[in-house]
Amino acid sequence: MNVYPFISEILQIAIVLGIAPAFIGWVRMLKCWSQGRTSAGLLQPYRDISKLFAKDVVLAENASWIFRFTPYLVFGTTVLAGGIIPMLSIDLPLSATADVIVLVALFAIARFFTALAGMDIGTAFGGMGSSREMTIASLAEPAMLMAIFTISLAARSTSLSQIVQVIYSGQSVLRPSLAFAFLAFVLISLAETGRIPVDNPATHLELTMIHEAMILEYSGRHLALIEWAGMMKLFLFMSLGAVLFFPWGIDATGSAVGVVLAFVFLLLKLAVSGVILVLIETGLAKMRLFRLTEFLGSAFLMATLGMLAYYILD
Amino acid sequence: MNLHMASQINSFLAALVLLTAFGMLVQKRIYGLIHLFAWQGFFLSLNTAVVGFVANKHHLYISSVLTLSLKVVVLPYILHVLINRLRIRKEVETVVNIPMTMMIGIALVIFSYHLTAPIRELSTLITRSTLAVALATVMLGLLMMITRRHAVTQIIGFLALENGLFFAATSATYGMPLVVELGVALDVLIAAFIFGIFFFHIHTTFDSLDVEQMAKLKESD
Repeated sequence: MNVYPFISEILQIAIVLGIAPAFIGWVRMLKCWSQGRTSAGLLQPYRDISKLFAKDVVLAENASWIFRFTPYLVFGTTVLAGGIIPMLSIDLPLSATADVIVLVALFAIARFFTALAGMDIGTAFGGMGSSREMTIASLAEPAMLMAIFTISLAARSTSLSQIVQVIYSGQSVLRPSLAFAFLAFVLISLAETGRIPVDNPATHLELTMIHEAMILEYSGRHLALIEWAGMMKLFLFMSLGAVLFFPWGIDATGSAVGVVLAFVFLLLKLAVSGVILVLIETGLAKMRLFRLTEFLGSAFLMATLGMLAYYILD
Repeated sequence: MNLHMASQINSFLAALVLLTAFGMLVQKRIYGLIHLFAWQGFFLSLNTAVVGFVANKHHLYISSVLTLSLKVVVLPYILHVLINRLRIRKEVETVVNIPMTMMIGIALVIFSYHLTAPIRELSTLITRSTLAVALATVMLGLLMMITRRHAVTQIIGFLALENGLFFAATSATYGMPLVVELGVALDVLIAAFIFGIFFFHIHTTFDSLDVEQMAKLKESD
């Protein structure tokens, strides 16, 4: 039995856990530079997380088991999602067991429980955040699935490994369907990971919060887990985009050198995607909540056009 | 450049034309609309040049240059001047329910795909697959003229419709004869001037370019 797939699987989960905070640090650093501020450095997210882990948990009196259970569930599903996406090597053991629809469902479970936890305590902001989050989710998820179906059509499979393999070895570079799917994916990732123009991750104003409002009552290690999961989610969306649409450099042979090379390529792609994310975020202002239907509607439109373009043009 | 690559570039540009058509359908600001219109003309002229290269039809280069000069430079410039003269540059149009318009747009694309499917089977040109996109562009232009209330945006819808017709000619038969194309280009140019005059008249009569105002013309009994 070949042990390489298992090693790369373990390595990949370690990378997701370890590098996600550094990626957030990189994005924040770039953002500081672009706004002429001094940044806190690449390692600040690690310091934040370890500080939160050291602190005590303060629980509301009427918090039910959902509130206590949610951080672990969110963290667990996100790590599992990190095991499914083939970032380093195409041959991943976990990737064979779960396809891209499961990936969307994993994120949906995490979101569902976060929304429940937001309402569990009974504060006004939690409920408001949950309601907003579900509004966005109900629009973002169909678009996400539509974009994924477009890619699956082009690759004739919903398995992520298979999709990456087909696109990696594909002859055609300019496929209109994939271009549309990519545009849709960019818009959806902004919505799903709660970045500007959908949500402002750095806001301190409760009335404008979406994701932050739901987790307002969390503290200590619970908050650390949720924050860490949020960082991993951004990392996962960026690497999913990099792997699905620009799979160059991924290891297709299953050798140690290939994995190392794939790691270097992944870091490069993430660094570039961080720059693009910051350019989008500094270039745009946060949207009014009621204009989000247009934003996510256009994501859905792009994804549908991608699917149509597959039939019409490809 | 081999044939496969060329047909890929062709369909990619067709996709961009379709994207700009949808962009125009949902764009609320008049300036953004004009820019999108110019981009559509740009992609169209690139596409025409590519088709001309592949099919080895030299007159397509001329229509490509004609499209570039007329639809990317002259018409947007005329519209810019008009908007500045009429001082409607800050006007944001209220479009009725953008997501609904998008859905109708998608339905129109599917409809035109369905409509052109038999032609696609019969044709042997490498541009045959873009015919559906061309027809969809025509229909989206028409949809824009129906859903908008502002005279300027209706005109842009009309010009986008004309873009679609030009595109359809290129993708169905490698372009119309040069004489016809020159005639159409001249017509569009003249039409733009006439529209300009009409805009001034509408503006002086109603103090606005909202065509809803024209309901006032109806005699009440």
